[in-house]
Amino acid sequence: MGEPIVVAEGLRKRFGATEALAGLDLQVAEGTVCGLLGPNGAGKTTAVRVLATLLAPDAGRAAIAGHDVVADADRVRHLIGLAGQHAALDEKITGRENLEMFGRLYHLSGRAARSRAGELLDRFDLNAAGDRLVKTYSGGMRRRLDLITSLIVTPPVLFLDEPTTGLDPRSRNEIWATIRALVADGATVLLTTQYLDEADQLADDIAVVDHGRVIASGQPADLKADLGSRIDVVVSDDRSLPMAAEVLGRLTGVPADTDPTQRIVRVAAPGSVRLTLPTIVRELDTAGVLADDVAVRLPTLDEVFLQLTGRPTEETAETAETELTGSVRS
Amino acid sequence: MTTLDTIAPPAAGGWRWTLLDGWTVVRRNLLHLRHNPGEIVAMLVFPIVMIIIFGYIFGSAIPIPGGGNYREFLLPGMFAMSGAAAVAVTMQKVAADNGTGVMERFRAMPMARSAVPFGQTGADLFTGALGLIVMVACGLATGWRIHHGLPSALAAFGLVLLFGYALNWVGVFCGLMIRNEETAERLGPLFLPVTMISNTFVPTGGMPVWLRTIADWNPVSAVVAACRQLFGNPGVTAATSWPLEHPIMATVGWSAVLLLIFVPLAVYRYQTAGR
Repeated sequence: MGEPIVVAEGLRKRFGATEALAGLDLQVAEGTVCGLLGPNGAGKTTAVRVLATLLAPDAGRAAIAGHDVVADADRVRHLIGLAGQHAALDEKITGRENLEMFGRLYHLSGRAARSRAGELLDRFDLNAAGDRLVKTYSGGMRRRLDLITSLIVTPPVLFLDEPTTGLDPRSRNEIWATIRALVADGATVLLTTQYLDEADQLADDIAVVDHGRVIASGQPADLKADLGSRIDVVVSDDRSLPMAAEVLGRLTGVPADTDPTQRIVRVAAPGSVRLTLPTIVRELDTAGVLADDVAVRLPTLDEVFLQLTGRPTEETAETAETELTGSVRS
Repeated sequence: MTTLDTIAPPAAGGWRWTLLDGWTVVRRNLLHLRHNPGEIVAMLVFPIVMIIIFGYIFGSAIPIPGGGNYREFLLPGMFAMSGAAAVAVTMQKVAADNGTGVMERFRAMPMARSAVPFGQTGADLFTGALGLIVMVACGLATGWRIHHGLPSALAAFGLVLLFGYALNWVGVFCGLMIRNEETAERLGPLFLPVTMISNTFVPTGGMPVWLRTIADWNPVSAVVAACRQLFGNPGVTAATSWPLEHPIMATVGWSAVLLLIFVPLAVYRYQTAGR
């Protein structure tokens, strides 16, 4: 593992009454992908904007390859690429013209900017759309074009702020493929995401962020081992419900939840219990459970937060509250 | 998949890059025009409509002090107005870039800090000059004439462009403050009345004193009066205040003041926005 190329120490930033960063510490080793995982409003974007020299922190310091992001912002801008949450493109010109314009602004010659634009469009499968105005692009195409715009030059460090939020699964897979290709080329990537499976798919290290601080970090395998997995079983008749609950409880050592209306039995297996899908299916079958669907999956971000902080993410809490007030009123 | 070639990020640039980056931004704005022919049509139709409404409809009932063709009186005002419209245009473009995040990408790039505002105002100066040429052609077709020779006519066009350029900077600053295209679009038309409280359509002599004072000191009036004087168009006679007695000096002065205030403000705002 290389030296940390991205370093943040005790970053603080306050916007009015909200403390977006409350002493965030972070290190990203050279040539690795770090996933910054957290719900909306956790401070992920603020952290990226500080590291990308767009925002000065109130306290703490951050450096890219040893250059301070405030004092040495110009040097830092030569080392970084940024793809933000919104596709930062000129919608009134074509995709190719966008790439050429940004290429010129990276001080490539006209000829070099043109050939680079062509190369990037070819490589990332946007050739057919290259000469259409960006405002005619789908959301996924915009994000991909935005992403490859940060690849016109090859900066050692790339910041990707929620690259797949709001995209359909197909576009998300395409973005993931793009990011994997980048990493294969040797880039260091700091990626923010709201999805544990995205961090799991792409990142070498994950830092879980909440209220402007890192509350857990480690390699995905370790983190998942701590967090365990979720098992959902959908049964085809009511008779199978208690039987399935009994089997899952026995296998995991944790009492299972039964949802009779949807005929689902759920259990959160602790990380110490290693269960494979065939084992679960075999045990259910032996007990005579008629199962329509058996799923072993990673915990969702909500479940991660529940486990790490003992409370749900703010959004879930708010929804729950609204639902509660709603039901009281009715 | 083939591996992408590695292109090293550029070394730090000097003043030369400010110019080149500025030119890239200018070219971007020209591309907008090419992809949006409607904008060019609007640019052509707007002066024709203005000359018909004001030159022929209202003008038919407005007598000029000292006599003369109303359209000869009007056209210098139209030039100044099209220059002043630059505020709204620039403001909208900058606010749009702010809203979509393009501005933020520029800021995170290793490019000259002042290139974006200078490039934007340079581009708008260029399109402003195109608009002025269209307006001049319309004027010549409807009876407006240059009476004092080419050098002073060029000086007058220079003043209109200088004033428009100063207002472009006001537009950059406003656009950076607004950060939202829709708001900018709604605020844009508010600049129109400001340009109308002036000597553009009628001499200020007939206005109530309080309004006349405002109109006389409106920078637009100075530009209009300077143009009338340099082109030799009617309406120069009734100078009632210092700016209208010395319109050329007043125009240069107003433009210099606007530039001195808004160039540093806009550049500072661009560099520190969000910080």
